Amino acid sequence: MPLAYIYDAVRTPRSRGKAGVGSLYGVKPINLLAELLKGLESRNQLDTSQVDDVLMGCVTPVGEQGSNIAKSAVIHAGWDESVPGFQLDRFCASGLEAVNTAAAKVASGMDDLIVAGGVESMSRVPMGSNGGPFLSDPEYIANNLSVPQGIGADLIATIEGYSREQLDSYALQSQQRATHARDSGWFDGSVIAVTDTIGGTILQRDDFIKPDTSLEGLGALRAAFAALGNYGFDDMALRKYPHVETIHHVHTAGNSSGVVDGASAILIGNQAIGKDLNLTPRGRIIATAVVANDPIIMLTGPGPAAKKCLSKAGLSIEDIDLWEINEAFASVALRFMKDLDISPDITNVNGGAIAMGHPLGATGGCLVSIMLDELERRNQKRGLIALCVGGGMGIATIIERD
Amino acid sequence: MLKTDTLTMPSFGYQQDSNGIVTVTMDMDGPINCMNLAFIPMLANTVEKLSTETGLTGVIIASAKTTFFAGGDLNWLRSVEREDAPEFMAHVESMKACFRRLEKLPVPVVAAINGTALGGGFEICLACNYRVAWQDPSVKLGLPEASLGLLPGGGGTVRMTHLLGLEKALPLLTRGQQMTPQKALNAGLVNALVEHQTDLIEHAKNWILDHKNDPASAQQPWDIKAHTIPGGNAHHPSMASKIAVSSAQIQQKTRGLLPAPEMILDIMVEAARLDFDTAQTIETAKFVELVTGPVAKNIITAMFFNMNQVKGGHKRPQGFPRHHVKRLGIIGAGMMGQGIAYSAAMAGIQVHLKDTDLKSAEEGIVYSQKLLQKKLDRGRIDSHKMQQVLALIHPTDTTKDLKGCDLIIEAVFEDKELKHQVLQEHEDLTNENGFWGTNTSTLPINVLAQNATNKQSFIGLHFFSPVDKMPLLEIICGEHTDDATLAKAFDFAKQINKLPIVVNDSLGFYTSRTIGTKMDEALQMVAEGLDPVLVDNLGKAVGFPVGMLTLLDQLKLGLPLLINDTQVSMGLKDPHQHETPEGMAMLRELVEQHDRQGRINDKGFYTYDDHQKHIWPGLKKWLKPEHSIPHQDIKDRLLFRPVIETLRCLEENVLTNVADANIASILGIGAPLWTGGYAQFVNTYGLTEFIVRCDTLAQAYGARFNAPDIVYQYEKLGKTFV
Repeated sequence: MPLAYIYDAVRTPRSRGKAGVGSLYGVKPINLLAELLKGLESRNQLDTSQVDDVLMGCVTPVGEQGSNIAKSAVIHAGWDESVPGFQLDRFCASGLEAVNTAAAKVASGMDDLIVAGGVESMSRVPMGSNGGPFLSDPEYIANNLSVPQGIGADLIATIEGYSREQLDSYALQSQQRATHARDSGWFDGSVIAVTDTIGGTILQRDDFIKPDTSLEGLGALRAAFAALGNYGFDDMALRKYPHVETIHHVHTAGNSSGVVDGASAILIGNQAIGKDLNLTPRGRIIATAVVANDPIIMLTGPGPAAKKCLSKAGLSIEDIDLWEINEAFASVALRFMKDLDISPDITNVNGGAIAMGHPLGATGGCLVSIMLDELERRNQKRGLIALCVGGGMGIATIIERD
Repeated sequence: MLKTDTLTMPSFGYQQDSNGIVTVTMDMDGPINCMNLAFIPMLANTVEKLSTETGLTGVIIASAKTTFFAGGDLNWLRSVEREDAPEFMAHVESMKACFRRLEKLPVPVVAAINGTALGGGFEICLACNYRVAWQDPSVKLGLPEASLGLLPGGGGTVRMTHLLGLEKALPLLTRGQQMTPQKALNAGLVNALVEHQTDLIEHAKNWILDHKNDPASAQQPWDIKAHTIPGGNAHHPSMASKIAVSSAQIQQKTRGLLPAPEMILDIMVEAARLDFDTAQTIETAKFVELVTGPVAKNIITAMFFNMNQVKGGHKRPQGFPRHHVKRLGIIGAGMMGQGIAYSAAMAGIQVHLKDTDLKSAEEGIVYSQKLLQKKLDRGRIDSHKMQQVLALIHPTDTTKDLKGCDLIIEAVFEDKELKHQVLQEHEDLTNENGFWGTNTSTLPINVLAQNATNKQSFIGLHFFSPVDKMPLLEIICGEHTDDATLAKAFDFAKQINKLPIVVNDSLGFYTSRTIGTKMDEALQMVAEGLDPVLVDNLGKAVGFPVGMLTLLDQLKLGLPLLINDTQVSMGLKDPHQHETPEGMAMLRELVEQHDRQGRINDKGFYTYDDHQKHIWPGLKKWLKPEHSIPHQDIKDRLLFRPVIETLRCLEENVLTNVADANIASILGIGAPLWTGGYAQFVNTYGLTEFIVRCDTLAQAYGARFNAPDIVYQYEKLGKTFV
C-alpha cells in the first residue's frame, strides 16, 4: 500500500473573527483560501495539473462560503482547470477530516496528490448562520436534549472537578506558549502572509494572541454559558447526568477558543509523485480515526479517538513524542490529558486555540502544520493531533517523521 | 341539486338580509356549541351553502348560546384511541378544510363574539377576517388547549403564528392563556369591542358595508402574497437562537414530561417555514398524536372531568339545605389558623381568631395584612376591599367571643391532649345548627372526637399550607360524623373557594398517609447505598416539583420522625412494622446525631450557603459506589409508592372515589400533572402492565410494591379506575 506523505503544510495567520475589528475581516473567504493555494503553489513550484483533488473543510458553508468554496477557490487561484474541489463539513474536525480523507485516498492508491485543509471567515459568515437541527429544530432539541457545546464544556469541568482557576491557569499557559513560539519565529516557516491584490501585507503573523494575559484579567471575565444554562439547557443536560448536582459555569471567553478567521492547506501525495515533482517529504500520515459518544456532553471524543488511532497504528501512548489537542475549551484539553495520562509538557507545546483562535473548518490543517514544524524543530518522530467535534464526535491523526 | 340537498341536511341558522349579508347562527342541540361529530356536517353544509350563495356581500358568524362556542368536545377527544387515529385525523382535516373555505370566501367574514370563545371556539373566530367581541370581562377568549395537555388543532396554532409572530404567540399558546376581551384587543386577537351585546350584529354589518370596496378585508393576512410573519420567518438567522432558547425554556418547565408545549413550538416553527396549508396538516397530525396519547387523556380526565366533579361537590350528601357560615371561630392563631382566617375573611365571613393571649391572636391579622398588601400592590384589590377584609377578622383571647359561631375550627398544635382540652372548653359555643372542625394532618378524627358531646357534628378539616395558596380541603369523616355535618363542611369549602374531597378516617387520612411514601422510599434508597444526588434528581425527572431529599430539607427532617413517633406513642402504629426501616434509621441518625434539620438550620441532606447547596459529605457513610440499580427502577420506586398507597386507600374505602384521589394527589401532594393523578396513572399505564411492573419491583425491593388486590380485581373485570 502506498504511504501518504506530507509534502508541505501552510496556513494563514489568524486574526479576530469579528466584523469591523479583525485584521482579516476585509478579506473575502474565497481570497483567503485562493491566496493560500497560490502561496502553496509558488513555494513548491507546483504543477497544479498534477493535483488530483482539493478537499476543504468549512463549517459554515453558506453565503460567501457556500456552494463548494473549495472548487471556487481552485478556480480563483488560477490553478489548472483539471483540478476538482470538494467542500466538506464534519464540524470542528472538518480541516483534519479533509487531511485524513486525502491521506486515505492517497494510501489506497485511488489518488496521487491532494491538497487538503479548510477555510473559515467567522467575521464574515458568523458561526451558526447555516442553521441545522441541533439548535433550530424544536422537535430535535426536545427529543435529543440538544444543548450548546459550552454547556458540555462546563459539564466536563463539573464532573472532573476542574476549578475556574485551573482552567484560567491552563489558558494563561496557552497564551504564554503561543506568544513565545510566535515571537521566536517558530510559526514563520508555515504561515503565509495575507496580502491585498497589489501585494501589500494585510497580516504577517497571528495577531489574536494576547501576550499580556494575566490570571487576574482572566479571573475577571464573566462565565460565558451561565445565562444559556439558566434558560433551561443545564436542566436538559442534567437529565442525562442525574448524578451531577449542578453545572458549574467556569468557561469564559478567556479559557475557550477564540473566534478567528483563517485558512490552511496541506499537500499530501504518494512517494512516486513526490519524486516526479521534485518534492521532499516532511512526514507521513500513518493512522486516522473518528469516533462518537454522548452528544450532550459532546466534547469527550478526543480521548477515545486518540486511543482508536493508536490502536490502528499499532502504537502505544509512549510512542508519541508530541500531542496536539484542539483547545476548543480548556476543560477539553485537561480531560484529554487525563484520559491518556499524558504530560502537559509535551501537549500543545506552542499553545493552542485559546491563544491563537479556532477558525472552525481550517483548524485541523493549522494543527498539522504546527505539529510538523515542532517535530522538525525538535527533531522528533511522532505526533498525534486530536479535536473534539460537535455531535459528540472525536477525531485523531498520527503523523510520523523518519 | 346540491343546494336542495343541503337544505334538508343539518345546518346552522342562516339568514340573508337585504344587503346580501348572511348571518350564520350556531345553535347546536343541547346547552352549548362544541366541536364534535355533529358539528362537522353542520359546518360543512353551511360553508357549502355560503359558497354558492347569490348576491352574498358578507358573512357574520354568531351564536345563539350564552357562550359563543365551547371548544372541542372533551368526551369525544377522550374516547379516541391510537387505532382510531386515521379516521379521527380525517374528521379534523375535513373540519379544517371548511374553516379554510370560510376564510377564503370572496366576501368579508366577521365573528360576532357574544360570549366566551375558548379553544375550538376561538379557532372559528381566527378563521374569520374580522373579530368583534362583547367587551364584558366575563367573556373569556383564547386557546387554553395546552392546559389540558393538548394543542390548538383546529388551525389555531398556525393562524396565531401568522397573526402575531412566533415570539408573541408562543407564550399565549404554551401557557394556554385565557383573556378578557380588552386583553385580547390589546394583544391583537380581536379587532373591536362593543359595549352592549345587542350591538354586535349591527357593528358587524356596518363593518362589512364600510369595507364593501376593500378586497383586502375579505382576505386573511396569510393569503396575501406580500404577507410576512411578524418577527420574520424561521429561516432568519436571528430566529435560530430564539428557537433554541424557547426550546430550553419549555424543557425547563416540562422536563420532557408534557409533550404539548414542545409540539406547539415545533408546529409554529414549521408554520414559519412552510406554506400555510402544509403547516395546517402538520398541526393536525401533531394534534392527533396528542389526543391519542396517554398524557392528554390523563390531564383531561383529572383537570377537566374530575375537577368538575370535585368543584361541583359531587360527594356532598343530598337533601340538606345549603349551610352558610356567617361567623367562624378559629382557635389557634398559628400558621394554619392565620391562613384559614384570611381565606374565610376573603369570602366575607366574620372571623373570631382566638389564641391564648391577645398578642398572638393579633399576629393573625398581620399575616392577612401582608397578603392583602401584596394584592393591593399588584392592583388585584383596592384599599377599600383590603380594609373590608381586615375588619372581618377579630383577634381575641376570650372564650365567650366565640359564642354562637356557625363553625369553630380548632387549629392548635398536633397534640391529642391539647386538642381534647380545646374541644372541652369550646364545644358548646357553636350555635345549635353549627359544627366543629378540627384541622389536623395526622391525628385520627375518631381519637380526637372521643370526648366530644356531639360526635355527629365533629369533622376533620385538613387544610394545606400555605392555606391562601393551596386550593384543596380534605374533609375527614369520623365514624360518628353525620351526613348533615358533612354537607355543611362541603358548603363551607365552597364558601371559602376550596376544592373539597372527602375521606374516611385512617391513619394519615389520604394525603398525609400518601405524601410520605415517596420520601420514605428515597430515604430507603439512600440508606441502601445509592447516590443521594441521583435519587434526588430522579425525583425531579419523575415530575415531582422538587427531589425528595430537597423536599425533606424544606419540610424539616425531623417531621417524619415526629409524626411516626407520635403515632407510635399513641399506640396507633407498630414501631417494628415500618416498610422502610433502614431509611428511617438513617433519617433518625441524621437528625439526632448530626443535627441535620434541613433548611431551617442550613443543614439537611444538603448544606446551604450563599444560595448554593451541596450534598452533605456525611452521607458518604451510606454510599456504596458498587451498588447501582437502573434509573428507571429509582424513578418507579418513587412514583409507584404513592400510587400503590392511593390504590390501598381506594381498596380500604378511605378514598371513596377516583376523582377525589386524582384531584387530591395533584393539588395536595405533588402528583405530577402528566399522571392525571395517582389513580388515573394506572389506567393509561395499563392495569396488566402495572401488575407486572409491581411484581418485578416487589421481587427486587420488597413486598411494599405488591399491587393491591383491587388492581387484580379490576384487571380481571376489565375495569379501569374511573
